[in-house]
Amino acid sequence: MLKLKLRYTICIACLLLVSIIILLLPYLNSNEGKQEERRTLHAWQQTEGQQTIDLLAMRVNSTKRDTRCTYHTCFDVFNCGYNDRKTITVYIYPPTQYTDADGSSLTTPISQEFQEILETIADSPFYTDDPTRACLYVPAFDTLNQNTVRQDEIGQLYALLPWWNSGTNHLIFNMLPGSMPDYSTVLEVNTGKAVLAGGGFSTWSYRRTFDVSIPVYNPLLDYSVIRQKSYLEKRKWLLISAQTGLHKEYTDVMWEVARKETKFLIVDRCKEGSQRSISKRCGNDKQYNYPQILQDSTFCMVVRGARIGQTAFSDALMAGCIPVVVADGYVLPFSEVIDWKRAAVIIREDNLHTVMDVLKSFTMERIYDMRRQVLFLWENYFSSMRAITMTTLHILNDRVFPYSGRKYEDWNVIPNKLSVRNPLFLPLIPPSSQGFTAVILTYDRLESLFKVILQVAHVPSLAKVVVVWNNQVKQPPPMTAWPNIGKPLKVIKTHQNKLSNRFFPYHEIDTECILALDDDIVMLTSDELEFGYEVWREFPDRLVGFPSRVHLWDNSTTKWRYESEWTNAISMVLTGAAFYHKYFSYLYTYSMPGSLKQWVDDHVNCEDIAMNFLVANITGKSPMKVTPRKKFKCPECTNTEMLSADMGHMVERSECINYFTSKYHTMPLKSVEFRADPVLYKDDFPSVLKKYKNIGSL
Amino acid sequence: METCFDFSKCEKDFKVYVYPVQERVSESYSKILVSIQDSKYYTKNPEEACIFILSIDTLDRDVLSQNFAKDIQSKIDRLSLWNNGKNHLIFNLYSGTWPDYSPNLDFDIGEAMLAKSSISVHKFRPGFDISFPLIGKDHPHKGGERGHLYISMNNIPPLRYYLLAFKGKRYLTGIGSETRNSLYHIHNGEEIVLLTTCRHGKSWQKKARELNDTRCDVDNKEYDRYDYRKLLTNATFCLVPRGRRLGSFRFLESLQAGCIPFLLSNGWELPFSEVIDWTKVAVWGDERLLFQVPSIVRSLSHPEILVLRQQTQFLWEAYFSSMDKIVLTTLEILRDRVNRHFARNSVIWNTFPGGLSILPGYTAFHHTYPFFYQQDGTKPTNKFTAVIYATSPVLLSSAPLFRLIRTIAKSTNVHKILVVWHCDVAPPPAYQWPADLGVPILVKTKIIKSVNARFYLYSELEMDAVFNFDEDTLVTTDEIDFAFSVWQEFPDRIVGFAARSHFWDESKNMWSYTSKYTNEYSMILTGASVYHKYYHYLYTNSIFNSAIQVVEQTQNCEDILMNFLVSHVTKLPPIKVTHRKIYRESMQVSINRTTGMADAVKFRERQTCMSTFVNLFGHMPLIRSKARMDPLLFKDPVSNLRKKYRQIEVI
Repeated sequence: MLKLKLRYTICIACLLLVSIIILLLPYLNSNEGKQEERRTLHAWQQTEGQQTIDLLAMRVNSTKRDTRCTYHTCFDVFNCGYNDRKTITVYIYPPTQYTDADGSSLTTPISQEFQEILETIADSPFYTDDPTRACLYVPAFDTLNQNTVRQDEIGQLYALLPWWNSGTNHLIFNMLPGSMPDYSTVLEVNTGKAVLAGGGFSTWSYRRTFDVSIPVYNPLLDYSVIRQKSYLEKRKWLLISAQTGLHKEYTDVMWEVARKETKFLIVDRCKEGSQRSISKRCGNDKQYNYPQILQDSTFCMVVRGARIGQTAFSDALMAGCIPVVVADGYVLPFSEVIDWKRAAVIIREDNLHTVMDVLKSFTMERIYDMRRQVLFLWENYFSSMRAITMTTLHILNDRVFPYSGRKYEDWNVIPNKLSVRNPLFLPLIPPSSQGFTAVILTYDRLESLFKVILQVAHVPSLAKVVVVWNNQVKQPPPMTAWPNIGKPLKVIKTHQNKLSNRFFPYHEIDTECILALDDDIVMLTSDELEFGYEVWREFPDRLVGFPSRVHLWDNSTTKWRYESEWTNAISMVLTGAAFYHKYFSYLYTYSMPGSLKQWVDDHVNCEDIAMNFLVANITGKSPMKVTPRKKFKCPECTNTEMLSADMGHMVERSECINYFTSKYHTMPLKSVEFRADPVLYKDDFPSVLKKYKNIGSL
Repeated sequence: METCFDFSKCEKDFKVYVYPVQERVSESYSKILVSIQDSKYYTKNPEEACIFILSIDTLDRDVLSQNFAKDIQSKIDRLSLWNNGKNHLIFNLYSGTWPDYSPNLDFDIGEAMLAKSSISVHKFRPGFDISFPLIGKDHPHKGGERGHLYISMNNIPPLRYYLLAFKGKRYLTGIGSETRNSLYHIHNGEEIVLLTTCRHGKSWQKKARELNDTRCDVDNKEYDRYDYRKLLTNATFCLVPRGRRLGSFRFLESLQAGCIPFLLSNGWELPFSEVIDWTKVAVWGDERLLFQVPSIVRSLSHPEILVLRQQTQFLWEAYFSSMDKIVLTTLEILRDRVNRHFARNSVIWNTFPGGLSILPGYTAFHHTYPFFYQQDGTKPTNKFTAVIYATSPVLLSSAPLFRLIRTIAKSTNVHKILVVWHCDVAPPPAYQWPADLGVPILVKTKIIKSVNARFYLYSELEMDAVFNFDEDTLVTTDEIDFAFSVWQEFPDRIVGFAARSHFWDESKNMWSYTSKYTNEYSMILTGASVYHKYYHYLYTNSIFNSAIQVVEQTQNCEDILMNFLVSHVTKLPPIKVTHRKIYRESMQVSINRTTGMADAVKFRERQTCMSTFVNLFGHMPLIRSKARMDPLLFKDPVSNLRKKYRQIEVI
């Protein structure tokens, strides 16, 4: 283990050397112009330089890490609200290499990983070059690996930073804390009240709401050797243990388990000298490529090593291998925001021997789900130093602005076109006392409008009539000329003759339920409307209407077709008379995707189809057709839409469906085969006992 | 948790032991104990217990309090099972007292876990302690009040009369007083109403004078102008500032009122924070940034407010509205820790219907429950498993059972037919069963001891949907297929043919059951119904153990209980689809099982069941519906050939 440690250190050292050379390259052979460019890119690098400092003579007192810190006690919020964008500002100290009076280096040369952290911050919207306006300060001392850090001296150098203030609002990154032999779980440097973004916290060292637990990134591993695999692909092994240098206590138990199991593979570092590479593992008398072998297993062991945080965790995520964490008290990376129950298995160290029994109880379905989650998390939060840094900053930002922060879904849910987040998710049955508001769009058909108003006035649950007067030329008649219906009647004059006016969430509408009504629909009986409202109450997040339509896939044209025939399925209801929640008017007006509102207004058609799309898309539910009613107009006439003269109309409607589908990037409409009728409809039962007797004809 | 908890005690089963009560405990503590004893996790045997609960009242450890129990240390020291507190859970609402209100208890809790109110982020041991809600002594034991939104409006714009409101004491001086003392700065008497009073305690006037606080009189005047309850239900946001301690009663009160809590209580670990995602419900402010409060409140969009408010109602009803729920939530959190690989994830805890309705023993994997299809963008499986409950011997090949099997087998949606054979006579030999149906038929004869067996979660139920039948159900294939097609749109409900209702019987002052045809219904007879198989799991493992026993004893009411359960979870009525008036053979010819007399007995039993269940559930969960689902062209005057489900109208 010691040897490995040594190798690791040497490797890191080599890497550092390389990265320093790379870093210095532009300075070695660059002209002024290039330097200028670089300066404008990274203001924080302007004063990069070397300094000699005699810490001993200065007698600097470092500030001991305050273990009691929480966000509210140690984090200063007063400098964090300087902008309206609700983003924190982060300042980076100019990187300076300090040497002792005797010439020995006090600071560690900046590693490539730390360089990436700093560059990510500098490129991020959080960055500021003005320390007086900064919320967070990042000292440019590389402390990622404690082994390369002169602990006491760095602590003192911190204290000398101009804005240090006992470490308040300073952010310090560390991935490998502790050192031989007991490996502390936290960077052993005096960091005062600084926030630590650390890899390998335990519940004892982690200051909740204050520190950030970050993953241990594996710089030695070439992630590019991994080829993408579908999450559905079968994997040969159920479980693999491919960590090296594990403690015997754990390996003994694992070997004991593996002896009885054929699906558990244990590999370790290879014995032959030349193959002792980090990219090889041996076991089972075979040699395997690492990390590729992890892709052949469903689960990957991540057992506590000398340190509690292991690169094996990241390696597993990368390979789409579900980590099985055996490290009591380990604070999983980004656990403040990531729901690890969906992507990792945690086994208590005492229960290591039961690991296979636990894993076998996972159904394939659940494994697929977890594996997808693993790959999603890897891609977004772990795959590079940039991802890790940005995740850390977002977590800190959300602490300062919790009310506008990312929510659980933003962090943990794989975006899926099919999934919906219904904004009316609570199963409420609105009290019937509210009633509904009839919203009637009209232009100039006064006679039929008055008839409609008088008719709807008979419906017991009507609360109010709102007439939307869309005629810009003619004034509506004076209030005295309107029918007296014993219920409030409001006339709203619009500013423009637009179809969308019918779906505007007027503040005059003070019920949840709107009955959208055309000014020529006089067919509907009071019982039908009252029943329609009752059905809406039971399904308040659906469109509830009378005549229905359906969309069909036309194989010959490979397009969607609008169908008005009386079929055995429906996916739309006409809004000439339909009940729906006022919230959908709000959405129609303010947040319909693809500027469809404008499109509908321009084409003066298909506003009802647009509404059906909107509701189906946001709720994932079908509309609800009530009663047998199939036509709005006189029963003697045939369905107007079916007249050959209206064939053009049908074509247009089909085009609307296809256009909307392209704008939504999916077909949200859902077909169902039922309609809602009153419980005793057409039952052989005395009509006097039926509540809704007058359910009209077709 | 790993260091101070003995997991080996929980390996077999998750059981909770309560020490025998030997002394008087407060009303609240007594409710907690009774709730635990009523739960299915309770055990009388300390040997098999995983968690231990003291019978010593530790709720109030404020020495100035009436309920303060003395000599608690010596009482605990005498407990033989104490074991330095290992696996013990100690409930506490108040700790410390004036002037410093110490968060520590005044006795040695050893390695015990704390379920404590007003706990701070710093003191809270995550994954070990439980942050407990602060509740008053009048908090209902069962049932509980509904959220205010259920009787008001969930509309847009979602703003209520006041934007932000608060009414409460202020302390002038001492711990936690600063925040409330400065509230008047942002009070504007219009949309922001923040009222404080110094009028509490004996010598408030003297104290105010001493401290040179001149605001008291002005404050008191303003304070008296508003009613606390009215403010709660008429404000969009309710300020929840810390008091002496971090938590306050108003937190739960705002939740219930659908008033979005605006928290000003730095470092407070919110109730059940281990599982509840409070960012979806509450808005966090910072005591240090009091003046930002108005602008934060105004920055939230209307859709955001609408969602936050609905979430307050969901959480209130799911976890807080009764002591039973609070205690059960506490136990379920512990159970998730112990049973880690089947723990409920955050989606389950924070999405309707919530963690108490999602029993993790089923799968703990949210896709497999009936509540998440839309959210996950998935669909239920496109076939169902038929379950037939058979109680009579089969003599002829024309027996109703065989006829039913043939009818079901004709459906294109059936996956398997399972016959639950509950009869003294052995089932007919294999060769007598209808053959060549293209659908596997399985007969279950073992472990069938009661009518409850029709709701067991058999491993053969591979499809999401279960279509449950009585053996003598008269039904056509079209009716089955149509009902199944309706169910696919409502996978969380019971969909079926024959409906029943409940009503409030004024004369008897109790809920009653009726089978009369009415314009409404609230139950579907499960003898011919389709629903999600998860309800089999929920039924068998339901929290209402004693209800299952009632069914066991009477061999009746299993359908009522199932309807109670499903409506209790979904808060929605079942769905009736069209069918013939007569749906059972026994209604045509009275077959041996039920004669007229027996029918009357059964009917009376069902009345008794209703009231028993209402008591057990603590409320009446049934909800009425006025709609029946019919096929689209049902009884329309068009050619029958155009109709998909023709048989439905033929009869």
